[in-house]
Amino acid sequence: MSYALELKNLRKNFGKTEIIRGVDLAVEAGERVAVIGPNGAGKSTLFNLISGRFGPTSGEILLNGQRIDHKTPYEINRMGLSRSFQITNIFPKLSVFENLRCAVLWSLGYKYTFFKFLSGLKDANERTDELLEMIRLDKKRDVLAMNLTYAEQRALEIGVTIAGGSDVILLDEPTAGMSKSETSRFIQLIKEVTVGKTLLTVEHDMGVVFGLADKIAVVVYGEVIAYDTPELVRANAKVQEAYLGSPVADGQAGGH
Amino acid sequence: MEFFIISMLNGLSYGLLLFMLSSGLTLIFSMMGVLNFAHASFYMVGAYFGHTLSGWIGFWPALFVAPILVGACGAIFERVTLRKVHPFGHVPELLVTFGLSYVIVELIQLVWGRSAVEFPPPEILRSSAFTLINHSVDGLSFVWGAAPAEACTAADASVRLICSPFPATRGFMMLVAVLMLVSLWLLLTRTRIGLVIQAALTHPEMVEALGHNVPRVFMLVFGAGTGLAGLAGVIGGSTFVTEPAMAATVGSVIFVVVVVGGMGSLSGAFLASLLIGLIQTFAVAIDYSFLTLAKDMGWALSAATQENSFAKLTLSQIAPILPFLFLVLILIFRPKGLLGTREG
Amino acid sequence: MSAVYKFKPYNVGRWVIWSSFALVLVFAPLVFTSNLSTTMLAQMGIAIIACLSYNMLLGQGGMLSFGHAVYTGLGSYMAIHALNAVSGGKLHIPVSLLPIVGGLAGMGFAILLGWVTTRKSGTPFAMITLGVAELVFAMSLMFSEFFGGEAGVSGNRVTGEAFFGITYAQQIQVYYLIAIYTFVCVALMYAFTQTPLGRILNAVRDNPERVEFIGYNTQRVRYTAFIISGFFAGIAGGLGALNFEIVTAEVVGAARSGAYLLFTFLGGATFFFGPIIGGVLMIIAFVLLSELTKAWLLYLGLIFLFMVMYAPGGIASLIMMNLRVAKFGKLRQLWTTYLALGVTAIVMLAGAGAMIEMVYHLQLNSALGDTVKFMGASLNARGLDSWFGSAFVMLTGLGLFEVTRRQFARDWGEIQTEIEKEIKRRETAV
Repeated sequence: MSYALELKNLRKNFGKTEIIRGVDLAVEAGERVAVIGPNGAGKSTLFNLISGRFGPTSGEILLNGQRIDHKTPYEINRMGLSRSFQITNIFPKLSVFENLRCAVLWSLGYKYTFFKFLSGLKDANERTDELLEMIRLDKKRDVLAMNLTYAEQRALEIGVTIAGGSDVILLDEPTAGMSKSETSRFIQLIKEVTVGKTLLTVEHDMGVVFGLADKIAVVVYGEVIAYDTPELVRANAKVQEAYLGSPVADGQAGGH
Repeated sequence: MEFFIISMLNGLSYGLLLFMLSSGLTLIFSMMGVLNFAHASFYMVGAYFGHTLSGWIGFWPALFVAPILVGACGAIFERVTLRKVHPFGHVPELLVTFGLSYVIVELIQLVWGRSAVEFPPPEILRSSAFTLINHSVDGLSFVWGAAPAEACTAADASVRLICSPFPATRGFMMLVAVLMLVSLWLLLTRTRIGLVIQAALTHPEMVEALGHNVPRVFMLVFGAGTGLAGLAGVIGGSTFVTEPAMAATVGSVIFVVVVVGGMGSLSGAFLASLLIGLIQTFAVAIDYSFLTLAKDMGWALSAATQENSFAKLTLSQIAPILPFLFLVLILIFRPKGLLGTREG
Repeated sequence: MSAVYKFKPYNVGRWVIWSSFALVLVFAPLVFTSNLSTTMLAQMGIAIIACLSYNMLLGQGGMLSFGHAVYTGLGSYMAIHALNAVSGGKLHIPVSLLPIVGGLAGMGFAILLGWVTTRKSGTPFAMITLGVAELVFAMSLMFSEFFGGEAGVSGNRVTGEAFFGITYAQQIQVYYLIAIYTFVCVALMYAFTQTPLGRILNAVRDNPERVEFIGYNTQRVRYTAFIISGFFAGIAGGLGALNFEIVTAEVVGAARSGAYLLFTFLGGATFFFGPIIGGVLMIIAFVLLSELTKAWLLYLGLIFLFMVMYAPGGIASLIMMNLRVAKFGKLRQLWTTYLALGVTAIVMLAGAGAMIEMVYHLQLNSALGDTVKFMGASLNARGLDSWFGSAFVMLTGLGLFEVTRRQFARDWGEIQTEIEKEIKRRETAV
């Protein structure tokens, strides 16, 4: 069976320090996977490896069966993978509308064109308007991205990520820094905009994880120590040990 | 043979001068992320201060006072102007130092005029450090100081005698540069302030969080970097010529040095400085062109080729562009620079 | 005062703006009729194209180049060689189309040199442009067949077949040719900003890393923009060759590149029309200001420093910010402070200027006696009282200016807060 995303014995060293120490993972198309683990476990590093920010020291990464390790971020994006960033990474001096429109251009085939006017690209403008409504920023269409509130910027961050229509979406701590109510609204938004896509998100909030994910991957110290449905992960002794230090009774596991 | 040795030493001394300049530039860049476009201008200010001060208090006191004054100017500039622009990003910082370079040149011309000024080296450095005498019969010999006139004139026509002096100023330049290099290295690796500087090189916010006054450290480093440039200026100005154009001539070369060496790498700057110093010094002295090479190799060339201006170009004529050619080549084949770590 | 504003103009249709621009181009030499004016207007057109092409890199792409003169200059050289070929009967292109030859040359060199140059970004990019510029300038002194050595290359634009009776013998005809090219190039460059590549270029400026994650090769974007900028730069160069009928090595020199940077920044890199202001100012400074005082480069450098520190968006941004304040009806609150700022600034500058002029006089003209004429007053360059007087005037002006500036900053800040509140109110009311 062909997996949407597959990691085979992935390793990454920075100098002499091993950060990722042999990760194997196979995600099926349409699955929603939450990647959890203590700070410093290597979750963001995994995302950086998958999305092409830097290359692995050894091992393979496969997207829909094709090798993407050592490819550039734009090559990987064109093959159908998109990611968001933990620290908001949008285009501050462009308006919300322009931010989204930039993100749809390549997927609609416009590439490096300089002899067509943006205002005349019907499909791009319509898709951008759709996205604006999906992420509920239609009232802020012409506001400069740097003048948005934090939560609005996070929403824009997601919008830019899904704009290209990639099938595999990586969200790096999408709800970082949000209040409880903002978080639950945001999770609803994520669910809506990623229907039918393969989703991997790094999350710390266990409530979110259990509400959103089909599978959980637990990363500890550069390795995936468990990859299972939420209930099975909760009961997994290794996970309990990693989080709490020693095996405890069922009911207390998974809490933060 | 003596030509090779003297040229080698000349090249090394010029390279070390370039390193005096590029080390300050690299330090400032590594610490603050600012590429000080006006660094060569501070070099020039050092030369002019040296010129005026040595007129008042003599060369040796001026050698100490001028760099301190230049460093003070640099520190004031950092405090008043650069700090204000820092939150806007690296491009405005570069622009502000660019503007400063214009202002410095104009102020210097305002005060000292547009032509070169007399800045002679002190008595003790005016002659040669040593002289190599190539006697066609007796071979190569070595004399401290300047060789007496009789030793340089052939006794009879059958003997060929060439005296190659090595100027004391150049020797002094090398001495100061090496001393400066060693003290810098000691400062950075053995003292507490050096430790703070090294840490602030990569993690300024963390260092500030630990209680060190990072803005003050920045001001110190900028002042020290420009002070070093001023020191190089006193020496360079007295060895070569002190004129308003001196900043422009050396300015572009040191930028090539830092890019070729790898931005942010002191050892890379050292290597690149020496390389470029040697290449330029040797090239200027060599009159070989493609045509002379062909002649030596016994190749027959068509009349058209012989007239071609490319073929006629001697190495000494293209010497000015060699550093920049080197830059382009490095960028094509090794964009990180020779020993670069930081991407800049 | 450092935020960037996106300002939607009052409902002035773009037709009105472009028509006014065209009308200004057409009627300017009829308003300013002297020979000097026509020459200056012609040069302004060229400068406008050059600065706009430069801003494609700086303001739109975030690429700080210290070597833009390479592309305008090489465009000039190719154009003048083509002109000579036309004169010699070897080339049959109408003189009017020679600037396009310049443009193609600029584009060609940008293709060649740009690949190496755009491999890096930010500060290393700036250094590379500097190195390439020095390389080209040094080569210009070496290869005298192409670069004409010390004397440069001259040509004669009154050559080939007359185009509807236009021979370009008169400056006014050259002006109108330049005006046509200026209008077309400005329109094309503006159009570029409204295309996908133009917008992605802005995205690269704002966040080059993120652009890679939305499917674009950042380096390719920069390289393509570099080439297009080189094309327009070459056109400016070609027009310059026709205008002056001589091209010397200074057209590829560091001073020329520096001037493009300085004036584009001064005019305003963050708005499209900023470089137009910059180009006009550049000619005014080079032609008029340099006649007025020997210290003009010093003043220019100081103004530039001041702008980088206090108004990094340039004159264009100052205009736009005040227009925004006016739109909200608050400009009249500021006029007294502006007046005070202006007066104290003039006092301060008068004092400083007097001292600078006296120093220059001592430097350069001391054979002519000690009197310096400055702003109508006679100063004695060696007299202590002149010096004390000027210093006193300058320091008083400086003190008052600083006081006024702080008051202004307070007033401005208050007004900005009021405006922001009003904007929020309007947004939520929708």
